[in-house]
Amino acid sequence: MNLHEYQSKQVFAAYGIPVPTGRVAATPEEAVAAAEALGGSLWVVKAQVHAGGRGKAGGVKLARDKAAVHAAAKAMLGTRLATIQTGPEGLPVDTVYVETGSAIEREIYLSLTLNREKSQIAMIGSAAGGMDIEEVAAHTPEKITTVNIHPAAGLQPHQCRRMAFALGFTGAQIGEFQKIAMALYRLVMDKDAALVEVNPLIVTKDGSLVALDAKINIDANAVFRQPELAKMRDTAQEDPMELKASEHDLNYVSLDGDIACMVNGAGLAMATMDLIKLHGGSPANFLDVGGGATAERVTAAFNLILSNPKVKAILVNIFGGIVRCDLIAEGVIIAVKNVGVKVPVVVRLEGTNAEKAREMLAASGLEVTAAADLTDAAQKAVAAAR
Amino acid sequence: MSILVDKNTRVICQGFTGKQGTFHSEQCIAYGTQVVGGVTPGRGGDQHLGRPVFDTVDDAVRATGANASMIYVPASYAADAILEAADAGVELVVCITEGIPVNDMVRVKAALVGTGVKLIGPNCPGVITPGECKIGIMPGFIHKPGCIGIVSRSGTLTYETVFQTTNNGLGQSTCVGIGGDPVRGLNFVEVLELFQNDPKTEGIIMVGEIGGSDEEAGAEFIKQHVTKPVVAYIAGVTAPPGKRMGHAGAVIAGGKGTAADKFRALEAAGVRTVKSPAELGAAMSEQLRGRR
Repeated sequence: MNLHEYQSKQVFAAYGIPVPTGRVAATPEEAVAAAEALGGSLWVVKAQVHAGGRGKAGGVKLARDKAAVHAAAKAMLGTRLATIQTGPEGLPVDTVYVETGSAIEREIYLSLTLNREKSQIAMIGSAAGGMDIEEVAAHTPEKITTVNIHPAAGLQPHQCRRMAFALGFTGAQIGEFQKIAMALYRLVMDKDAALVEVNPLIVTKDGSLVALDAKINIDANAVFRQPELAKMRDTAQEDPMELKASEHDLNYVSLDGDIACMVNGAGLAMATMDLIKLHGGSPANFLDVGGGATAERVTAAFNLILSNPKVKAILVNIFGGIVRCDLIAEGVIIAVKNVGVKVPVVVRLEGTNAEKAREMLAASGLEVTAAADLTDAAQKAVAAAR
Repeated sequence: MSILVDKNTRVICQGFTGKQGTFHSEQCIAYGTQVVGGVTPGRGGDQHLGRPVFDTVDDAVRATGANASMIYVPASYAADAILEAADAGVELVVCITEGIPVNDMVRVKAALVGTGVKLIGPNCPGVITPGECKIGIMPGFIHKPGCIGIVSRSGTLTYETVFQTTNNGLGQSTCVGIGGDPVRGLNFVEVLELFQNDPKTEGIIMVGEIGGSDEEAGAEFIKQHVTKPVVAYIAGVTAPPGKRMGHAGAVIAGGKGTAADKFRALEAAGVRTVKSPAELGAAMSEQLRGRR
């Protein structure tokens, strides 16, 4: 679960991490009022969307007077901002964050996230801040410093010093950096953050450190024990189909193709997409209906995939383990009858009671094509979509 | 021979009297697994499914001599359950539970270092040695005792692989579902080593997916140490970057963990890769024919 920048900065501030003062606004008038309350003569108006790359996309504007604040907020609010991370459709800008402008000497990258190879949280830093860190990692990996944090010991002062020296800090900055790093690690632990990213952490003209941007992603598996953060969820930033799916406990990801898939198990669901591609088609979605696929869930799944107008065929691929295939077949039959499916449906059922399930589908009188195996299923679905 | 579990494995179930624990313990007992008891705090002294219930894993181990545990407790208590089993001296802990917070697993993983405890999972189907011992949620009837070792990050893709190797007559020595989470117990490398050293295993099928670099580590290990034929498939060629594909661990992040990278690493290690999971069984047969 992603937080907005302004929400992340509230959390940062609560941990004593220095951030610029700012206020959130939902209208141009509120933005002007925010600038007035903040005072000064330089402001930054920032579109609040769950994506990076806002600057290049026109989602971050400097303003030297109130009229410019108004104009910037007006240009952003109510539009959709498309950045390199959002895809062409972009994300809705419902709020902007108005911040006091900062005098930037240099920009640093800092983040904490899981190092999967070590099974430990890692702190990652680079003096090449403000840039796309993936680009830095790909082309100049020597500019990145990583320290792995043992969960029993926690982040150690020597690790902070090592990072501080690598980032070019001197004098009082080293202690200042250690305080920030320690606070970020505490935040990761307390708040179950899967990612905390400060890009950039700036050195101001007077030499102090400030988190100019803030990004927090909360581990989806831990949201249940973070009720305060769960309230910050902004569903307007999420894919509406994926949101609807999650209400039915379905795992769904939208894709660009025209063959919808309904599969049990995440691995098999990915493999089914790959098979469609391999046989010359294009998958419309990833959909894992999970282990306990009941008639209700299968119906919900059909409704979901049919709400995508691009879908020209449906491939149902179930390997019934503990789930019985005859129950799935029953669900498919009920769903196809109730939902009124107008596109070809190819069904491949294997495993527990598969024979009985195939007989039920054949006897149903519905236009459902049975497939003999994985390959046959993919080929039939691709042919049906043509 | 087999790896990890056999007919002598004595299993307890944590979360025994819950809905999941009850259903799957029944299935395991029906398959012939020696389920010797279970644990539900506060229910010690009861009988459930004809087996004794204990308050703690320690009590259960002392009374039954259990050396393996399967865990079905809810995600918020699962990390504690794993460490309770480890503290009680259980050698093999199989955690089926899905949705455990990453920070919990980071602590568990660190706490298990040096204990000698083998953890399988979490978020996995479990482990089975066909005809001898099933610990987990896989459908027992699709398996057949045989010579192929299967290791996989995905449940239903494991079943597909099992089904194919049963139908073509090869059968399985042991199947290990290592799970779909980013922080887990046994990984490809550890299981590959066990299969390499198991005389009954003649060939190994490895099923990976996008995310992380565990398949690459497996490929490196194969290059150095595995002499048996290995067939591999990686799911997620068409998965878009930055999207979590069901499993918490199945996400391409920072341009790393793509299926193409993993296929390339495995091919460079001399592994026979297939682009369709439907070809896993046939490819294994072919590899073995070349040897026998």
